[in-house]
This record gives sequence, structure tokens and C-alpha cells, in this order.
Amino acid sequence: MKKVEIPPSENLGHGHVACAGCGAAIGMRFALKALGKKAVMVIPASCWSIIPGSWPYSGIKIPVVHAGFVTGGATATGIRAALDVRGDQETVVTVWAGDGATFDIGFQSLSGAAERNEDILYICNDNEAYMNTGTQRSSATPCFAWTTTTPAEQPKENRKKDMMAIMADHRIPYGATASVAYPEDFFQKMEKAKKIRGTRFIHLFSPCPPGWKTPSELTVKLARLAVRSRVFPLYEVEGGRTYTLHEEPRTVPVRDYLRLQGRFSHLTDREIEAFQDMVDEEWEHLLRRARCESKQA
Amino acid sequence: MKKVITGNQAVAYGVMLSHVQVISAYPITPQTTIVEELSELCAHGRLRAKFIKVESEHSAMAAVIGASTGGVRVFTATSSHGLAYMHEMLHWASGARVPIVMVNVNRALGPGWNIWSDQSDSLSQRDTGWVQLYCENNQEVLDTILQAYPIAETVKLPVMVVLDAFVLSHTSEPVDIPGMEEIEGFLPEYTPPYVIDTDEPMGFSLLTTPEHYFEFRYKIHKAMDQVPEVARTVDKEFRARFSRGYGPVERYGAEEPEVALITSGTVTSTSRIVLRERVAKGERVSGIKVKRFRPFPSAEIREVLRGAKKVAVIDRNLSAGVGGIFAQELKASLYPHEPRPTIFGFVSGLGGRDITPQLIDEAIQYTQDHDQPEQDILWLGLKK
Repeated sequence: MKKVEIPPSENLGHGHVACAGCGAAIGMRFALKALGKKAVMVIPASCWSIIPGSWPYSGIKIPVVHAGFVTGGATATGIRAALDVRGDQETVVTVWAGDGATFDIGFQSLSGAAERNEDILYICNDNEAYMNTGTQRSSATPCFAWTTTTPAEQPKENRKKDMMAIMADHRIPYGATASVAYPEDFFQKMEKAKKIRGTRFIHLFSPCPPGWKTPSELTVKLARLAVRSRVFPLYEVEGGRTYTLHEEPRTVPVRDYLRLQGRFSHLTDREIEAFQDMVDEEWEHLLRRARCESKQA
Repeated sequence: MKKVITGNQAVAYGVMLSHVQVISAYPITPQTTIVEELSELCAHGRLRAKFIKVESEHSAMAAVIGASTGGVRVFTATSSHGLAYMHEMLHWASGARVPIVMVNVNRALGPGWNIWSDQSDSLSQRDTGWVQLYCENNQEVLDTILQAYPIAETVKLPVMVVLDAFVLSHTSEPVDIPGMEEIEGFLPEYTPPYVIDTDEPMGFSLLTTPEHYFEFRYKIHKAMDQVPEVARTVDKEFRARFSRGYGPVERYGAEEPEVALITSGTVTSTSRIVLRERVAKGERVSGIKVKRFRPFPSAEIREVLRGAKKVAVIDRNLSAGVGGIFAQELKASLYPHEPRPTIFGFVSGLGGRDITPQLIDEAIQYTQDHDQPEQDILWLGLKK
């Protein structure tokens, strides 16, 4: 990846209440740097409903509209409409939503906005469970993972929903996966997304130390291992057709990623192998999809 | 200009004359023709509004909340299941203090599926912090929308304008539609005090701890307290321009009633006919139309009930286990004040069954014939 200049100025104030090592805090900081001053942030219920602080204080230095859990896509749609009516085409209407508000309860609202190709930039901060309520499974939770609603004796049985594929199939102008371990890449994708009109979707991978039962200093390492093990590949999809795989990940076994996390500590060797098989199969599927769709385009 | 139009068309004209800037709505019978009319008006440029065709009622309400926060005048409409689906966001709208105007076409809730008139949908939203105004005819529908915006934007609370399924929504009546030049100046441009502005960034609907939340809720209640006076002022100006108007309650029939009949919505029109005949025979019976349900016009109702010993209430709604909701509200508001009239709570016409002149007459006769109701709920027109 080429070197990227990230502005030193901060749009996130001091004193937020995120946990030590919070991936979502790193992600928000870089998102705000990329957005600059001409942006609005819509935040449906998530850890970031809490992190900026309570009334009358907010640590986010651009207008913030907190919104109902389900309503990220719809609230942003309404704000975009109002700004358009007021003649403000410049301000970027951004949504910052968790995986619960994106994959699950807010999916309808997001899908509606994407189908209408609303002019919004939607960031899904994916930490793979309902972390604000204390780690319950979401449809972003990986197979075999422990959460408080999928105890180690009966861990999650189903694979993680392929959200990027679903969003790409809405034929939105821009979709990308990103990771808090690759801030330059994330920043560049934000910069690119900012310049595009229509629905833009960034799926940001973001470890959660308390929810993953990992030491806070491992957040960046884990996010990097997720990319290198192909658990979370980095790529872009333009117009739902043109795929760009950003980095042919230098692969490490999934085992190296899993064994650092308390949420996977109960996994047997067979389960780790099965996990590896799923990751390999998903990677092959992504390659097929990328080749096939790009050829058509 | 007089035109023969349906209640739903009257809604669309009201929205057009109010210079609404953003509309977001999802179709549901019997509201659908409102969505269609507004789509036509927007498509032909007669209404210069952005119409967001959302994928659900929940999103419809979320989108107008977002747009209103963005500083523009907004409108939505729904009915029944759509309103129930929005419920969460109704609380959000009043909590966020956005002056949304919404039309709800009263319709029963399933199961069994039923598209006909029943007030249980809007009345089960009574604690959401919305002003609720019920309409008797299509003229009142149009006029109430015109009045709803200045009320909402003054007190900074959302307003629900309610009309009966089919009896108004799909029935054509002559309606006097003000011209754009006649309405000019009645509704000033919407200029909210706080708006999304990147030059002056602020947070909306932030996390609010026990230290502050209570006072925010108190302020919502105080805003409700302002509604009667604001509505009176708005109606006064409306009357000055158009020579017609509406109070929160209206009494008709006998001046000094012994028995009063309380209704809302189109049942009032039928009651007017029934009472005319009885008053002509010299009976001291008066009808009371309740237009405003929230805030409940307790003082105004006490005033028009003065002297009445018995009050019949016809509710086209049911809170199972308690009875009709208007009757409950009335009992609660009259209890602290002596002398207390005896309340006869009739429940009738659920799921759109006709509330006929005969049934209304039966209710009055029963009330006259009994010192006390024989049951807490008097079922009117229930099949044996």
C-alpha cells in the first residue's frame, strides 16, 4: 500500500468513554479525519451512542444526530433530503452503525436506502456481536464463537452473514471493506467514497477487547491477523460489479488468529480445521465472484 | 374554490397549501390515496416537496424526523398497522421536539384483517407525546392540517390529524379549498431554533442521564400545556380569514343539558341528526364533539357539561379489560370536580360496523332510562 497523508487535526475530542483498545474508537477517529468539517454523523443505537459523552457534551466536533436502533438508513435519508431542499449538496451525510444495526435490526432501513441509492455514506463498525449490551450474538458473529447468548457449551452454529455481497447486490456505486489495522487504506477508501454520489457502504472490521475476551493491546494485531488469515479480506466493489482485491493477503493459518481470543478458546482442533475450511471456501467464493462480475462489467 | 373531494384528497390539498418540503410515507389501506395524490402533486410540480418513498412506516417516521432535524417542514401519513409499526419513532419524534404533522386514517388492527374504521390505532398512541386532533368531515380535515402546522411549530411537538377510514377517507364531500393567495401569510416560513449546521455543530438526541432526562420530559408536558392557548390563537386567525373554525370541543343541541352525548369523528355527524329530532321534541339533550384528544380538553369539557347529570360516551375503540378510551379519559378528568355526572360508557362500531342513528338513539334512551349504567361497558350493537 502506498503512503497516505492523514491530517493531524482531530475531529474527535478528548475524554470519550470507549474501553481501552476499542476498535470503534480508532475507527471513528480516522473516519472523522477523512470526513472533515462538512459532514453530519448519524448514529443509531450502538457503543457510539455512549462513547461521545452525555448531554450537554459531545466529543464529536461535527453535527451528530443520534437515532433509533433501526433507523440509520432512514434517518440519514431524511437529513439528506432536508439538506438538498436547503441547497446544501456539499455536506456528507454519514451513518455510523454497529453490526447489529446493520446486519440485523436496521437491515431493512439500510436496504431501503441502498435500493433508492440515497446519497449517504454508511459505515458499519463490525465487532461481530451486540457489544453495547454486553456481547450477544448477531448475524455478524462468526461460527463457533462464544457470546453470552451462545455459551461455549452451545456456541454459534451459523456462519457470519456476507454483508458486503448483499450490499454489492444492491448495485450501489461504492462498497468497500476496511480494517482498523489499516488506517491508510480506510482513510483512502473514505476519501474515495466522499467524492462519489449515491449510497456508499464501508464495512469496517473492528475488534472489541471485552467482547472478544482479548487483551486491549492486541486490537490492531487481531485486526491485521483477520486480514492476513483471510477471515476479513480487504476489497472494493464499484457499481456492484467491479471488484478490486486490495491486498493479496500474506496468509497465516486461521489458527493464529483464533488462538489469541478468549471467545474461541473452547474450539477443538476439528473445529479450528472446520473454521479454516469455511474461510478458504469463502475466499474462493470471493475470487469467483470478483472474476465473474468484473468480466461482466 | 369549492370542490367535491374525498377526505384523503383534502389531506393532500392541506399538505400542498402548507408548503411542505419533505414527505416520507408508505402506503396502507385506507391511507393509500393520500400517498398517490401527493406523488401526483410532486410529480407535476404543484407541490415543490421531496417525496421519499420509503420501504416501511418505521422508516417513514425516521426519515421525517431526520428531515425535520435538518430544518424543513415535513409530512407523513399512515393508518392502523402502519401507525403501530411506527410506535417507537412516535416517542422519538416528541422527545426530539420535531414539529411533524402526520395524518392517521383510523382503521382497526388485525387479526382478523380488517381495513374499516376503528379508533384503537390512534388511541393506543395516546402516551407518545403527540397532539391528537380528530375530524368530523372533509372540510375539517383540510382546515385541521392547515392549523396543525402553526400549532406544531409553535409548541415544538408533533401533531396527529385523525380521520375515519372510508367514511371520510374515501367519501366525497364539497370542500372549500383556500387559494394560495388566501393562505399566504397564515403559516410563516419554518425557521427552527436548532438545526443541523456544519458551521455551528451540535449534537441532537444525545445520551441523557437521570441528571437531566426528567427535566426534558417535564418540558414536553409544559409544551402540551401551551397547546390550548396556541390552538385558540391559530383558530382565531383562521376564523378571521376563512369565517370558519374549530374549538377543542363543540356543544350542539340543548343549551342546558340533563343528558349529554360525547362523540368524536364522524359519529358526531350522525349524532347531530338524532339529537335534532329529540331536541325538537323538547328534550334537554346535547351533543358534545371532542376534537382534541391530546392534550385532553378537561376544562372545556367540564364547561360544556355544566349541569348535565348523565353523560353518554360512544367509543369506537376498546381497551380490553377497561372499556372505551374516551370514556376513561373523561372519567379521569371529571373525578376531581364536584358535582360528578354519571358516565355511561358505550362501546360500538368496532372494525367499521356502522354506528347507525338507531344505535345512537338507543344509547341516549338507555341513559335517560337508567340512574346508573348496569355494566361498566355498555355494548352497543353487539350481536347476541
